[in-house]
Order: sequence, then C-alpha cells, then structure tokens
Amino acid sequence: MKELLSGNEAIARGIYESGVRLASAYPGTPSTEILENLASKYKEIYSEWATNEKVALEVAIGASMAGARSVATMKHVGLNVAADPLFTVSYTGVNGGLVLVTCDDPELHSSQNEQDNRYYGKSAKMPIIEPSDSQEAKDFIKEAFKISEEFDTPVLFRSTTRISHSKSIVELGKRVEKDMPKELSKESSKYTMLPVNARKRHPIVEERLKKLSEFGVSSNLNKVEYNSKTLGIVTSGISYQYAKEVFPDASFLKLGLTFPLPAKLVKEFASKVDKLWVIEELDPFLENEIKLLGVNVEKGKNTLPVCGELNQKILRKAFGVKGEEQVFAASENLPLRPPTLCPGCAHRGLFTVLGKLKCFVSGDIGCYTLGALPPLSAMHSTVCMGASISMAHGIRKVFTPDSIKNKTVAVIGDSTFFHSGITSLLDMIYNNGSGVVIIMDNRITAMTGGQENPGSGKTLLSEPTIVTDVFDVVKALGVKHAYQFNSYDLKATEAILKEALDRDGLTVLVCKQPCVLQYKVFKQPLKVDVDKCKGCKSCIKVGCIALNLKEINGEVKAEIDENMCVGCGVCAQVCKFDAIN
Amino acid sequence: MKTFNIVLAGVGGQGVILASKILSEVGISQGLDVKQSEVHGMSQRGGSVTSHVKIGSKVYSPLITEGEADIVLAFELLEGMRNKHYLKKGGQIIYNTSRVNPITVSSGAVKYPENIESELKNLDCEVHGLDAFDLSKKVGNTKSANVVLVGAVSKFLTFIDENKWKEVIKSSVPAKVLDLNLKAFEAGRNSVQ
Repeated sequence: MKELLSGNEAIARGIYESGVRLASAYPGTPSTEILENLASKYKEIYSEWATNEKVALEVAIGASMAGARSVATMKHVGLNVAADPLFTVSYTGVNGGLVLVTCDDPELHSSQNEQDNRYYGKSAKMPIIEPSDSQEAKDFIKEAFKISEEFDTPVLFRSTTRISHSKSIVELGKRVEKDMPKELSKESSKYTMLPVNARKRHPIVEERLKKLSEFGVSSNLNKVEYNSKTLGIVTSGISYQYAKEVFPDASFLKLGLTFPLPAKLVKEFASKVDKLWVIEELDPFLENEIKLLGVNVEKGKNTLPVCGELNQKILRKAFGVKGEEQVFAASENLPLRPPTLCPGCAHRGLFTVLGKLKCFVSGDIGCYTLGALPPLSAMHSTVCMGASISMAHGIRKVFTPDSIKNKTVAVIGDSTFFHSGITSLLDMIYNNGSGVVIIMDNRITAMTGGQENPGSGKTLLSEPTIVTDVFDVVKALGVKHAYQFNSYDLKATEAILKEALDRDGLTVLVCKQPCVLQYKVFKQPLKVDVDKCKGCKSCIKVGCIALNLKEINGEVKAEIDENMCVGCGVCAQVCKFDAIN
Repeated sequence: MKTFNIVLAGVGGQGVILASKILSEVGISQGLDVKQSEVHGMSQRGGSVTSHVKIGSKVYSPLITEGEADIVLAFELLEGMRNKHYLKKGGQIIYNTSRVNPITVSSGAVKYPENIESELKNLDCEVHGLDAFDLSKKVGNTKSANVVLVGAVSKFLTFIDENKWKEVIKSSVPAKVLDLNLKAFEAGRNSVQ
C-alpha cells in the first residue's frame, strides 16, 4: 500500500515496522510529529514526552539495555542537552537496537541556531544515517536498527526540516515483532562505565568504526549512479534531490551512511570520474572527510554557501547552470506578517506591564519569546532552554541596578521550567541570587503545537497522571518570596511586579492561566465605542491581531474583529477613555 | 509529464495545508509522482504560510524556486503579492480578493498596500481573482474558503480527471461537512474561466 507521508510520519512508520517497543522525546520543531504519530497511530509502542532530551535518551538507553528496540527523537539543539549520555552510550553499545533521531533546522525556520549535528556522530564515534525523502526515511530507520544490533552501537539518524516536513510517496510494510529476553542480563563490565570498564570499551569503539567503514562499501544505504563520467557528485540527504534536478547527466555517489565514510567506495568513485564535487547543506562535513582520504574535491564549500538551506536555484547560480529565468521581481517593502501571540494569550498582559516598567527581560524558549517582537518589544535576551533564570542571576551578580529600569526580570514558561529551568532556579536560590523570576504556567508545551507536560495532568498516551504544580515546586525549592498573580489584571500585575522589583533578594511570581488556543478559552468578544474612542492607539500597542485601526469620517478609530477576539480584556484596561467594553 | 508546480500562499489558520493535501492526493490518484513541502512551527500564530506542491512523472526537489511556478494560489491578497515572483513565464496567479491584516498593519506601523489587485492584474500573465470568503459564505460556512480556492485551481490542472477531485475531497474531509465542501469546490470551479 502506498501513502503520501511527511518525513516525520515516515520515520514514525519505520519505527513501527522495526518492532520498536519504546520511544521517548521532548517536543521541538521540526521533530515533534514523530512521537505524535507514534502515539496516535501505533499503539504497540510505548511512547512518552520526556521532561528534556537528556532524559529522553536515557529512557531509551534503559529500554535498549533491557533488550527492546528503542528510539529517542529531538530537534538539533536538543542533542546538546542529550550530549552527556550520547558520548557514553557509544561506549556501552546496545542490547536491543537504539536509534537517536535528530532533526536539524537549516535556515533556522524555528530555532535559535543552525548547528550541523553530523559532528555529534563523528565526535561520539557512531554511525550517521541520512535519508533523502520519505521512502528512505522509513526504509533507513529499519536499516538503522539492524546496524545498531549488528555492530553493537547506537545510531544517529539525521533528518532536516526539509525532509521532516516534506511529503512524498511511501510504500508501507508490516511490523516485525522482536522478542524480549526473559530476564534482565547483568553485563556490568559492558554497561557500568567505571574507568576500568570504559577503558576497555574505547578500543572496541575504534574497531567498530573500521568495520562500519567496510560495511558502507556494500551497504544498500550507499548508492552509486554512473552516468556521464565527466562529473561525479558526492551528496546526501535533501541535497541529493536538488543536485539531481540541476545535474541530471552527472554520476552520483549518494551516501545514506554518511559516517564513517565507505573509504574504498569513495576512492573508487573518485577514480572513475574526471572531477569530483561535493554538494551538501550547512558545513563541509562530507567534504572534509573525503579530503582526509586524500581525494581531491574540485568544488564544494569553495562554491556553495555554508549558511542556510540549499535549493536547485542556489545550485544553478553557484555552479553557473542555466535554468528557468525569474520573470517577475519580488516586491520590496511589503508589510511583513510575523507570528504574534494569539488573541487572548496570557503573555500579552505580562509583556504590556514589563514594557511599561522598562526593566531588562531575560527571556527563554517558548511562545513568550514573541514578546521580543514589536509592538511589545519587551524581551532582551534568549539563548537556550532554561537560560532566562541563570542569565538573570549572572547579570545581577556583576551589575548593581540603581532603578527599576535597570533591574532584571527572568521570564520562562512551565514546560521550559520543567525541562531545565528548575536547576537554574535552584542555583539562584543556593547562591543567594536576587531579582525577579516570572513563570508563565499555561499548562501546555504551546510553541510546538500543544504537547502535554508534567503540569498538564495527562501523558502523551492520554493517560491521567499526577499534576506537578509549578508554584508548589517553587515553594518546595525554598523560595521565601513566592507569589501567584493573574496577568490578565494589569493593575495587580504591575503592583506585584513593582513590589518584587523593590525587594532585596529573590522573588518568584507564578501566573497560572491556561493557553487559550489549546484549552479553547473563550469569552464574549469586546466592542469599541466609536464615540468614546479618541484614536490614541494605546490599545494597538498590546499587539493583538483582533485589533485594527480604521477611518470613520476622517477620524482614526480602533476596531475589534469579533471573529478573532476572545474577550480577554487586556486592551480594555489600557484604554484611557473607557471605549472598549 | 513535465513537473507541474503550484505555490500556495496564505495566513496561518486559512487551511493552506488541507488544500495542499487535496492537490497532492489528486496527483497521486492520477498515478503521478508528488512532493509537497511546507514550513510550519511558528506560522500557526498569525504568520505567513506557504506550501509547495509538485506533480509530475518523477519529482526530485520538494521545493519550487523563483520563476518555476506554473500557478500561484493566493489565499490572501498580500500573500499573493509576496509570492508572485515564483511564477514562471506564462504562469497563472489565482488569488482570493479578501484581506487579512498582518499585525504590522493592524498596529498602525505600516499601511496595507491599496494597489495590490491592480498590480497583479497588470502582470504579464493570466490572472484570476475571486472572493473565496464571500463564495464560501454563500454555500454555508466561511471555513470552506480553502476548498473554494481548490475548486478554482482545479480548472487549470487539466491533466487531472474531473471526477478525481470529488473522490479526494470525500476522503479528506469529515462526512458531516462533505456536502458543504463539495458545494464550495463547485462554487470555486465555476467562478473562474
């Protein structure tokens, strides 16, 4: 049977067909849909949202050690969090096959950087597999599990946004069940990485790389397509598709197993073509590996960009190939349409007040990062998950503010707090930190599309579970000044914030208001009284797409789109003329 | 068959993704190779959404680049303007005449350009405007505006058998809104020449 599947749907299908028993992940674009698909379509697999990527990988390692095929999935930056177990599980190897799926984000469609995670595979000395379309995404996952078990190694499976979020036709297969061992085996020397044991494992890892390089020569993951021998192209992943479109007559060495390189195959291919080019997205990973073999690469990153995604047009331009001419110029200066906080979002009230108080806002990763964009413009730093609190702590240890304006406020959401904000807050408490930490608890992982988390009372498989209350956690950590507030009440929010900013020492403020999009919070839409409205635009500055300006008899007035307004009342509170009701 | 390229452009929440799915499935049911690509993530929150659908004997790249689109299907006027340079020589642009103000306009920072429709009409290509919002309202629900636009574009995908469209719509929308969507499709298809 054939179906049109996205790369992520195909990866999920491959996981299912491979007889996998456990999957764990922390949501992150462009990887999120893999676990969502597993949970909704394939009940044979236990799947869960982990609190962070390190935990996800460790859960999968445990299941693998117990003998089950298991998988952890994450976005590229998530692997930074999971790097600790990654490097050591490479030494222990596996029992049941273990695959780690990383979805990289060239072009930063929804990320804070565009790191190339192939370096992790090389660094941790484990095989890397890269598919070029959805069919390969499914088939290669199955191959990854075989390799994992045959070579006693975890496998890094690398997708990119363009693979994960593109759909193509996939021929489906059947699930093959894998039996579990009857008992837990206790191979302490293999799995307890004391120096005495780990020292013995390292040479095994080195030997494994050599075997994998040999294996790659005959593996069906790597494919040679001989055509005209004047040009040979080595490529992998989505770049293969772009290159095939631009150079239909060239010979190709298409690598699916991109590390370790099949040295013999690369050398043989290079010897049969007049010139060798390497076409890959982001860093010159394959190119450098090929050059290490002593093979001459005529064109690679000396011709192609390192930054951003590739496409057929970029290739044509870089290599001087004629193609479809662009006939219409792109329009310049069109109004941009950036993402915004949803109408009724609880974050809007908070950022309206933070903007008014003009403090330094140390931000984090989530919907509230949109508070940095105009017209709110009330966030001044965002680096990585959990960093809002620790960075605010660092600022305050070296900088003594003389006014509220110079004071630091950290803003973080519930899921990010559970992910890695808890340890940051604990550090701040332990080290006598001062400042204000605001936790916006909307009881969902919202930015990635509304996934459950430890605060939402439900698991990924929709089972009811314990609700971990953010405010209780904060108090249990030992915070003396912890208070709850309601960000929809602007006056009260300003008052409690001012009080906190005036206080020496640490204050933690928790706002527990559900995500309006995910929990479908809805009240009567508001209306503008055009007689009272003076057109001062104060309401417009809260940055809500339900609000517009229109001209009535030559006068500018505010207008509310009743199809979008959910009646949160934030705009009404900033109106000085009582014109919104 | 040479690959046929369609760029769909709209705003988060307008149903660009469902429309892309219908176009893709229709291609498959015709026995052709199909690739569809989109970028989502932050786009749900009121941002621009584009999706590329490529149908042909063998499709490699899932992306359509500037100057390669046979059709640009715009769910919103401004988004049509933003993507018109994807059209190839002799391409067609089909656009919805109703507007959705971006936050940059509603916040008063910039003005919504007033001359978009006339600029589109002056392009050296086939241009078709329809009020998909109004047409969907007439058949019963504005949520079917995306299927109205699918109906409009169907007129120009002459390599697809007409009956395939309705089969695919049947398998793509819930049974209780099927009638409404079939009417929306017809309304769209009849609105263009």
